[in-house]
Amino acid sequence: MKQKKEVLVKLFLSTLYLSAFTFGGGYVIVTLMKKKFVDEYHWIEEDEMLDLTAIAQSSPGAIAVNGAIVVGYKLAGLPGVLVSIVATVIPPFVIIALISVFYNAFRNNWLISQMLEGMQAGVGAVIASVVYDMAAGIVEGRNPASLCIMAGAFAAACFFEINVICIILVCGLIGIVRTFLSKGGEKR
Amino acid sequence: MICLQLFFSFLQIGLFSFGGGYAAMPLIQGQVVTQHGWLGMTEFTDLVTISQMTPGPIAINSATFVGIKIAGIPGALAATMGCILPSCIIVTLIAKLYLKYRNMTVLQSVLGSLRPAVVAMIASAGISILVTAFWDGSEKIRLPDTDWSLVLIFVICIILLKKFRMNPIGVMLLAGVMKAAVSAIGG
Repeated sequence: MKQKKEVLVKLFLSTLYLSAFTFGGGYVIVTLMKKKFVDEYHWIEEDEMLDLTAIAQSSPGAIAVNGAIVVGYKLAGLPGVLVSIVATVIPPFVIIALISVFYNAFRNNWLISQMLEGMQAGVGAVIASVVYDMAAGIVEGRNPASLCIMAGAFAAACFFEINVICIILVCGLIGIVRTFLSKGGEKR
Repeated sequence: MICLQLFFSFLQIGLFSFGGGYAAMPLIQGQVVTQHGWLGMTEFTDLVTISQMTPGPIAINSATFVGIKIAGIPGALAATMGCILPSCIIVTLIAKLYLKYRNMTVLQSVLGSLRPAVVAMIASAGISILVTAFWDGSEKIRLPDTDWSLVLIFVICIILLKKFRMNPIGVMLLAGVMKAAVSAIGG
C-alpha cells in the first residue's frame, strides 16, 4: 500500500515537471516520458513504451494528455490516470490563466501589439513549414488514395468551408473501408 | 448554461482531434471562431502564437484561454474538462485492451488514412492565420490592402526555418521584433 502511494507521488511530480517544462508539443513530451519512466525509473519496458506511445499518438486528443493517461494507467490503474492527468493539466492551465488576465492590457500596449502582429506572420511561417514537411512525407509515400484524401480535404476545408468534424468523419470512414479492401486484397 | 456550451464545444475538439500537435488547431478554429464567435480571428491567432511559446498542448491552452474569457475560472475548468474527457475514456479503454490483447493494427491504419486529411486541414487553418496577418482579418483580400512588411517577414521566417533550421520559438520572437522595428521606423 505504501509502495503504491509512493508510485503515485512520484508519477504526479514527474508528469507535472515534464508538462511544465516541455516546449514543442506532444511528440517531444512522449520522448521525455520514455526517458523518465523507461531509462530512469525502469517502471516500463522499452517495447511496451513504444506501443503505449503509439496508442497516445493514434487516439483522439492532445498527445501529452494521452501519454500521461497510458503511463498512469500502466503504472497505477485508474488512480494513476487521474493523478497524471491532473499533473499534466495544471501547468498549462495556470500559465494561460495568468496570460489571459493580462492579455487585454498586453494587446493595447503599442510595442506588444506590434510584436504580436509580426509574430502572426512568424507563426504562419512555422505552420507552413510544418505542413510542408508533413505533406512531403505523404507525397513521397506515393499512395494515390492518400493524395486524393489530402487534396479533397484541403478543398473541402479551404474553399467550401465544410465543418472540420464532417471531414474527419468522412476520412475516418474511408480509412476503415480501405483497411478492409486491402485486407481482402491480401487474402487473394 | 454557457459553461455547458463550453464543455460540449471542447468535448468535440477533444473527441475529433487526431494526430497531435497542430491537428487540434482547425477544430478549435471551427468551434471557437466560426461556430460560436467566442474569439475573433486575430485573438485566435494570438492564442496560437502564445501556445507555441508556452508549454502545454494547444487544446488545453485554448480551453483555458477561451473559458476564462467567456465565463471566468468555472468556464476554463468546464472547457478543460470537456477537452480531456474523451481522451480519458478512449485512451484508458484502448490501454486496457492493449495490455490484454497487444494488438492495435486497426487503430493505426485508421490514423494512417486520417493523416493526409489532418495535414490538409492544418494547411487550411494556416492559410486563415496568414490571411489575418497580411490583410488584417478583413473579409476581402485586396492587393492594395496587403501589409507588405508582414509578407516580407513571413518570407524571411520561412528561410530561417527551412534553410537555417532555426528554432521556431526564436523565429517567432524575431518576427515580432522585426515588425516592431519596421513600425517604429516607418512611423
